Amino acid sequence: MSILASIDLQTLGDALGQGAIYALMAVGIGLVFGVLRLVNFAYGQLIMAGAYTLAYTSGWPVAASIVSCFAVVVALSLAMDRLVFRPLRSSSPAVMLVTTFAVSFLLQAVALIVDLRDGTLGQIATSVAPLNQAVTVAGVDVRKVTFVAVAVTLGTLAVLALVLTRTTIGLHTRAAASDFRTARLLGVRANRVIAFAVVVSGLLAAAVAVLLTVQNPFVQPDFALEDTIIVLVGVVVGGIDRLWTATLGGFAIGFVSVIVNAALPTDKTVFLPSVVYALVIVVLLLRPAGLFAWGRRAAMERV
Amino acid sequence: MRRPLGALAELLAPSALVVVVGLLSTTASASNEVYFLNALVSVAIVVAIYVFVGISGVLSFGQISFVAVGAFAAGVMTVPVESKKGVLTSIFPLLRDHSVGNVPSLLLAAALGGVFAFIVGLPLMRLSGLAAGIATFAVLEITHNILREWTKIGPGATTLALVPETTGALQATLGALVAIVVAFVYQRSRRGRLLRASREDPAAARGVGVNIHLERLLAFTLSGALAGFAGGLYVHLLGSITTEQVYLELTFLTLAMLVVGGLTSLWGAVIGALAVSGLDSFLGQAESGVHVLFTFTLPQGTRLVFLSAIMALVLILRPSGLTGGRELRLRWPGRRRRPAEAPS
Repeated sequence: MSILASIDLQTLGDALGQGAIYALMAVGIGLVFGVLRLVNFAYGQLIMAGAYTLAYTSGWPVAASIVSCFAVVVALSLAMDRLVFRPLRSSSPAVMLVTTFAVSFLLQAVALIVDLRDGTLGQIATSVAPLNQAVTVAGVDVRKVTFVAVAVTLGTLAVLALVLTRTTIGLHTRAAASDFRTARLLGVRANRVIAFAVVVSGLLAAAVAVLLTVQNPFVQPDFALEDTIIVLVGVVVGGIDRLWTATLGGFAIGFVSVIVNAALPTDKTVFLPSVVYALVIVVLLLRPAGLFAWGRRAAMERV
Repeated sequence: MRRPLGALAELLAPSALVVVVGLLSTTASASNEVYFLNALVSVAIVVAIYVFVGISGVLSFGQISFVAVGAFAAGVMTVPVESKKGVLTSIFPLLRDHSVGNVPSLLLAAALGGVFAFIVGLPLMRLSGLAAGIATFAVLEITHNILREWTKIGPGATTLALVPETTGALQATLGALVAIVVAFVYQRSRRGRLLRASREDPAAARGVGVNIHLERLLAFTLSGALAGFAGGLYVHLLGSITTEQVYLELTFLTLAMLVVGGLTSLWGAVIGALAVSGLDSFLGQAESGVHVLFTFTLPQGTRLVFLSAIMALVLILRPSGLTGGRELRLRWPGRRRRPAEAPS
């Protein structure tokens, strides 16, 4: 088993950290999909906006910098809902998705203009960099951010689980996610539920912005774009119809990418995307409704 | 009731538009000509995507894979043999020692695109909805990855240069026309109608015996062949190409063209491609401060801001696209309009 032999604790730690961050992103995408049936391709640009905020507030105290990052991202998330998602609520999925492409390009273009004011492309976010230092645990170098990422993800998921199951707004959100029209007939207020989902997904994007900026302090307009695409794939592979399967899908694709990367021979790692996406195709063919979607739902979607 | 005139308009209107753009390109200055030719090649690509995505209603992010395969096949096979030894050092000897002409390279691109789409479609056409979108996107990623890293079949991550620039006004116009005619014939044919029926109501279509898997596979293959052909046109327009030029950005841009024009009609595909590339060129011109109608200059980088903002606005205000997803129909004055119909 030469493949397994090459996977050591080091890789496992990295894989957990990557999976944790992707899981957070998956929750943010899955929540909005649940209530709006909209795949938000522009989610990565929320994260990008947060990262730029961190970069431009690098001189501030860390706490102030992080708070402003959260404020900017949540405000942008709400604005996106009000200006783009709300007018599109009755449109077809293809139109909604393509509109979020346009929003994504728009935000990247705006970021490019803002970024280029100082004549160079890219800004450095230094305030949160200390988290990137490594600590040695049991002979393995683990970056502090890995612990933070795993802890933040577990904590967030726990809080979110409590909110979704124990509070009225959480109950309403779950009702809206399973059948929006019936939920409205029963008195669930659409705009409140959607606003809740949008704010929470914004908070998650801000948290991801902090975590990703620690790993890669060099912020550019396409920051988090690639990650978002991978997470979107993971979310669908896991099963986008339910929040938990979507989250697991996000975690799985982050985790598996790192493991496959370590398992491939060094001269073959350039073919990592091919291997991962071939796995994606196989999983989708075998379980079109989602890898983790068991039961009746799994049988759907077949032609 | 058959309405031959209406059907004719469905073909003639987009064709006429393409011919007009082709004629305009010959009157434009040498530096502007490329904008018109780009628009015509975009028409070919978007029509290719329409043949599958528009008629079947299944979202695919993978059609640009076939454009990429076509572009690199046509490109690698038309670089003169004597230059190949210097540029494409690690390529298979068979590819290195042979070159073909312009037209055979386009046919080769179409054939490869079709075969590749057929092989990919065989398993993938069982999927629909988001799963289909993601699976076809995976195809794009794999195609891009292999084209970029496997230097035995192409230039890898470096630029493929020295491709003969044969896509002038004539070839671009004819190429776009070929795509339009093929799409028209297919969508009026029995097979095209069966597929369209499956888009409108899969359960009912299955109920009357439509084999949805087969119909989708046929459209996917045809779309792949057209996309490969369009890729050939594209590489002969550019003269040099990298794998990044036939990847994510082109995928999003061409899909946006289709949706902006109107996803469910050939007319929409052509209008969307021309409108978006026209706007793109106009903004590009304005950015460099060239005289367009009147002289004004936009700050650098605003082109993308305007382009994406306008695209988002069109989709928000007119979710079914500029054409409403309908074909252009001739209506005789005085004749009663047919009651509102589903996109036909």
